[in-house]
Amino acid sequence: MSGHIVSRKVYFAIFLSLMVLTAATVAAAFVNLGALNVLVALTIAVAKATLVALYFMNLRYSERLTWVMVAAGVTWLGLLIGLTLSDILTRSWIAGALG
Amino acid sequence: MQTSHAMAEVPGPAPQALDYLNADYGIRSWLFTIDHKRIAILYLLMITIMFVVGGVFAAAVRLELLTPQGDAFEADTYNKLFTMHGIVMIFFFLIPSIPAVLGNFCLPLMIGARDLAFPRINLLSWYVYMVGAVFGTFAIVAGGVDTGWTFYTPYSTTASQTNVIPAVLAGFIVGFSTILTGLNFIVTVHKMRAPGMTWFRMPLFVWAIYATSLIQMLATPVLAITLLLLVLERGLHIGIFDPALGGDPVLFQHMFWFYSHPAVYIMILPSMGVVSEIVTCFSRKQIFGYTFVAFSSLGIAVIGFLVWGHHLFVSGQSAYAGMLFSLLSFLVAIPSAIKVFNWTATLYKGKISWDTPMLYVFGFIGLFTIGGLTGLFLAALGLDVHLTDTYFVVAHFHYIMVGGAIMGYLGGLHYWWPKITGRLYPEFWAKIAAVNIFIGFNLTFFPQFLLGYLGMPRRYHAYPEEFQVLNVLSTGGAPVLGVGYLLPMVYLIWSMRYGPRASANPWRATGLEWTTPSPPTTHNFEEVPVVTQDAYDYPAMEKKVA
Repeated sequence: MSGHIVSRKVYFAIFLSLMVLTAATVAAAFVNLGALNVLVALTIAVAKATLVALYFMNLRYSERLTWVMVAAGVTWLGLLIGLTLSDILTRSWIAGALG
Repeated sequence: MQTSHAMAEVPGPAPQALDYLNADYGIRSWLFTIDHKRIAILYLLMITIMFVVGGVFAAAVRLELLTPQGDAFEADTYNKLFTMHGIVMIFFFLIPSIPAVLGNFCLPLMIGARDLAFPRINLLSWYVYMVGAVFGTFAIVAGGVDTGWTFYTPYSTTASQTNVIPAVLAGFIVGFSTILTGLNFIVTVHKMRAPGMTWFRMPLFVWAIYATSLIQMLATPVLAITLLLLVLERGLHIGIFDPALGGDPVLFQHMFWFYSHPAVYIMILPSMGVVSEIVTCFSRKQIFGYTFVAFSSLGIAVIGFLVWGHHLFVSGQSAYAGMLFSLLSFLVAIPSAIKVFNWTATLYKGKISWDTPMLYVFGFIGLFTIGGLTGLFLAALGLDVHLTDTYFVVAHFHYIMVGGAIMGYLGGLHYWWPKITGRLYPEFWAKIAAVNIFIGFNLTFFPQFLLGYLGMPRRYHAYPEEFQVLNVLSTGGAPVLGVGYLLPMVYLIWSMRYGPRASANPWRATGLEWTTPSPPTTHNFEEVPVVTQDAYDYPAMEKKVA
């Protein structure tokens, strides 16, 4: 619930984690991982966003209805990305099928 | 069948009890109000002005299309006219129309609450709308914008020399007003229902507004992101959508329609809620299949998110994605059909009366059905290749958004007008206007189905001569429709001063809003009501009268 008090220690730990992950993003940018470049960058970004939502936005200590709302948001983002990819990933299929 | 359902009048001089209208006077009392009913009136005022502005642009478009030659306006001017018609009508009239006016006014009353959950955020939403309107007005006055209301890239980011950024920012800003309203409604429905007002006792209008609010919350942020990316590309040349900069123009269409297709349901779902209220009241029957109608609103809200790709069938989208979106688009017809069948079943053996709100409902059911069924034509992959970007599409979405959404809005406005103003409108003129709108609408838009089927493309200011007869019919219908819209503006304003005073429940309707005085007091209910009955228990009410 919103009444839950989070200790400063936790906040500092999360802040430190975010800084480390930012440094990891910068470091990864200097290494050419080929097709994995985007995957690595996005994985780090998602990890950071999760930490912010769980601790800085107090989601971890929130009631279930708030979790439902967040889950709806994430699901809808999934729909946007998933159905858009249904186009982008299959555009070359027709050309392939026609030889 | 009953022929008329006379509105109950209160005889003699009116009691001057304090209500939300006369509780305070002066411009400050309106501009700083946090009363949901007054904020609804503020919205009503603004969206009416916007409706007139959008209507003027529409009239200019129809005037140009009276003759095959492009003689009234230059091609570029014509592009601006239909663009601004779309932007004003969609972002500034249709989307806020029922939620921000009738939803704002009625939702707390209908669930037995004294206000919305966040009254100050409610007022903030109106000011945000006004800031958006300032940007929109600037875009118009500074010379207009010519991209079409869809702002398609790469034209909007690279080629257009018109006021794209102010117009885009207008849409961006007004979107936040929508988000705030949606948030307020969702929290209010969850947290502020009166004791005994369970989810399945809620009026179906509340279900519809709730489903609409979910769409507003989940879709509008994507519009904001998309429009912001457009501004970044146009202003700073960051490649997102422009192929020359490494972008993908079809990505813009995906992101834009992820919002804009559900936005159609933001317009039509509240109208469906209004229809459910009116159809029960004026046939004196419980709604047929309450649970189905309630869940079909949520069904439309969810499935409506999965169909956007049918706007991209000929845009270079993968054929496989096209098949998927075609199938999903057919699915959305199911919850819509459930509603239409259930309303029709509600009418069966009902004591139907032909008062003005009911005329609009009959109009809605007929026109929405035509609009919905022609949507299935467009969802079919092969047929859409022929019909895409023709007047068939224009006719289809006007049957949904004007024949459906505006009919519902006007029906609801007439239905709740005695509650909003405490006055009755002249029934005779109201009926004339409703019939006038129905005739004018069909005369304007039905020929456009034929024109589109014959191959007339949309968004051109000139056309081949063989299309003239149908275009003359369409342009001839526009003034009839215009008079139909003008009439309510005149007699509703007239009724605010000269109309007979309305009783608390002039339609003998169920619902908590009708237990309050007309107009209600600032805090709606002297005592918080306790609900013990299901919604629409008209049979019990009729028995009592008998």
